Amino acid sequence: MSVNGVSRFTLDNGMTVLLKESHQAPVISWWVWYRVGSRYETPGITGASHWVEHMMFKGTPTFPAGVLDKAISREGGVWNGYTWIDFTTYFETMPADRIDLALRLEADRMVNARFDPAEVESERTVIISERQGAENNPLFLLTEEILAVAFRVHPYHHEVLGDMIDLQNMTRDDLYRHYRTYYKPNNAVAVAVGDFRTDEILARIRELYGPLEPGDEPPQPERPEPEQHGERRVRVEREGRTAYLIIAYRAPAATDPDYFKLAILDSALSGPSGLSLFGEGISNKTSRLYKALVQTELAASVRGDLTPTVDPYLYTLEATVRQGRSVEEVEEAMLAEIDRLRQEPISDRELEKARKQAKALFSYLSESVTNQAAWLGFSEIVAGDYEWFGTYLESLMSVTAEDVMEVAQKYLIPQRRVVGHYIPTNVEENDK
Amino acid sequence: MSAEYSIPGPNDISRRELSNGITVLVRENHSNQSVVFSGLLMAGSALDGWEKAGLAGFATSALMRGTATRDFEAIHETIESIGASLSIRASVDNTIFGGKCLAEDLGVLLELLADILRNPSFPEDQVERLRGEIITALDIRAHDTRQMAALTFAELAYPREHPYSRSVSGYRDTIRQITIDDLRDYHAKSIGPRGMIIVIVGAVKAENAVRLVEKSLGDWQNPAQREVEIAEAVPKITEVRRKTVEIPGKSQSDIVLGVPGPSRYHPKWLAAQLGNSILGQFGLYGRLGESVREKQGLAYYSFSQLEGGPGPGAWKVIAGVNPANVELAINTIVDEIRRFVSEPVTDEELSDNKSNFTGRLPLLLETNAGVASSILSMERYNLGLDYLQRYADLVNSITAQDILEVANEYLNPDAYALAVAGPGADSR
Repeated sequence: MSVNGVSRFTLDNGMTVLLKESHQAPVISWWVWYRVGSRYETPGITGASHWVEHMMFKGTPTFPAGVLDKAISREGGVWNGYTWIDFTTYFETMPADRIDLALRLEADRMVNARFDPAEVESERTVIISERQGAENNPLFLLTEEILAVAFRVHPYHHEVLGDMIDLQNMTRDDLYRHYRTYYKPNNAVAVAVGDFRTDEILARIRELYGPLEPGDEPPQPERPEPEQHGERRVRVEREGRTAYLIIAYRAPAATDPDYFKLAILDSALSGPSGLSLFGEGISNKTSRLYKALVQTELAASVRGDLTPTVDPYLYTLEATVRQGRSVEEVEEAMLAEIDRLRQEPISDRELEKARKQAKALFSYLSESVTNQAAWLGFSEIVAGDYEWFGTYLESLMSVTAEDVMEVAQKYLIPQRRVVGHYIPTNVEENDK
Repeated sequence: MSAEYSIPGPNDISRRELSNGITVLVRENHSNQSVVFSGLLMAGSALDGWEKAGLAGFATSALMRGTATRDFEAIHETIESIGASLSIRASVDNTIFGGKCLAEDLGVLLELLADILRNPSFPEDQVERLRGEIITALDIRAHDTRQMAALTFAELAYPREHPYSRSVSGYRDTIRQITIDDLRDYHAKSIGPRGMIIVIVGAVKAENAVRLVEKSLGDWQNPAQREVEIAEAVPKITEVRRKTVEIPGKSQSDIVLGVPGPSRYHPKWLAAQLGNSILGQFGLYGRLGESVREKQGLAYYSFSQLEGGPGPGAWKVIAGVNPANVELAINTIVDEIRRFVSEPVTDEELSDNKSNFTGRLPLLLETNAGVASSILSMERYNLGLDYLQRYADLVNSITAQDILEVANEYLNPDAYALAVAGPGADSR
């Protein structure tokens, strides 16, 4: 079947394939997504999904370590892998006539990654180094604490990078077991967008991926987060000069109709970045929080983050406290703006602006086959259906000002939030 | 295969010089509804001096804070209400701007660009607000290992009087002292049409795009606009210059090691770029990635970078490592540089990297922004509008000897600037 130019196929082994032809440039983007991420991890193996992703670049018997990078680069392609709470994904964007390498490579490493023990050890220090680099960032430290108190039970509790103790202790066998459990065709979604003919590329995909054996359905997390009944607060004190505030509210899952209402709310409150996965291009200087925090010289910057997720996650608002102001002052002003959303509908003008921004962002998206493929795979994994993407814009357009007030009253309440303060200590004067 | 695709060249790039010195280049792409523009002005932080370091950056940011007819709110309402973006920032040698919008809104966005360039009002409240934001950013920088290593490297690698040794963002004490009159003065003397380049790519007819630029910027004159000199060459570093910045409480150290490098005008620029790819880019960070990250597991990132630009931009290696591994990582990096200047790159490396350079063109040119950026470089560095069409031949003519020569002209394993920023010896 085909909706919005996308054709969906299911191979006999259960692998989902989404194909969309786009003939603007001689380029094809090929993505393989797996339903595994930090959401599927338990204490002791936190960070396993991300580490497995690293090991996927360390070679198979057919494509030994080091050969893969060179092969892709030699063909003028780019590739990468990302691990997130709900998924792990790999992509190659290649000149159209070179795409076969990407198709072969992903089929091969879905089942044949080596996990050579020496490579696992060498990668352990790389992963630890990646985590230490993140720890250098105050907002990572604060977010990690917020997640830990927001999710007492659900595995969204820990960072994708994993806890340091697990990175030190996890074994090659732990990682390999994680790989074998989740990397199989019936747990994968493959997406191609670009300059191909659907029947031709599908035949090649069947040839390469069809013979891969399906496996048992991988285990699903079964520990939903209990209802929160009261504000939770965390505080991190570290060396530095700059204070930060994060307020995180419980947000609905991507499939909840409220999600779109909250996306429009976010656009009025903190700017359009939540309207699209790639919405960062449009600034937020006319948003309510920018006016209330930055224009009043309480904060140096402010941003919101609403991400579509499989299970209910968080809607976070984050401010960098301006030098000379306190995090308490910023918190008070931010909460006042949030209260206003619960008391009166947003204006027609704000609604109109959010709609136009969403339209523009979707138009920009169509320029790049890589971004289009990312959205399709993301929708299929996170919302269970790529059509979520096709109807995304429509869903946003139908949100009313009353809907926005309704979700403000439902979600933006003190009992369902976590407030985080990052407090700088030991302010020494070196005038750089 | 795609019907419309072709490598941008003289046949489909329209180029027009306006009488006031602005060069407009347009390439049409009607495959989607959007348009981007990308351009530069001949102004930057090169003339800031130490006393007013950060002036160009401050003044350029302030352009978008108010004009004679639009306040802050009006400027940003214009941009955000149409789902567009508009940005402008100073670098050392240039002021770089860019915008993106739906094709129907191009006129609105160009008119706004013209307004902020021509009529900024530097309102006092906005200037003070911006000053505070800059100071907060500098405070964040002071506790960011990567930024502090980069800042310290620049001070070590370039003579103190050279503009590349100073931060474009400035320093806390200089930002505090810059006055509104300084900002006005900078605008009056630096921001003007002479030498300005604007490249427009997207769903707009070339003649319409040129007409829109002419309408908003065609009658702009600034007789007071200063001539900008290209940042001069710098003396070679002849010893190891090393400095460590201690930032307590951090988990990782950042290393920047390098030298002042070739400008984009250097006849062997492309050989340097190809060599740099072999040294620290190709695949997962080239040779450096292989030895520092893959073999020894010392770092999450370890790569080399060739800045280029109109002056002697740096040729440097950047790595983030565990504080305990700093010396080991530095030794490994220096060993790689020694190998790079001692023996020619292998035939395999050369052919792999050439294949990458020529093969990646369709990806670089996929988006309007990618095309605009390529055309801007062609114009800025006098490469000719047929540059991309000649590109494969230029790349394929480079030899291992070319790379060895240009490597030796700049890199030396016994003479470089080295900055390390991290928690210091006592931590961890």
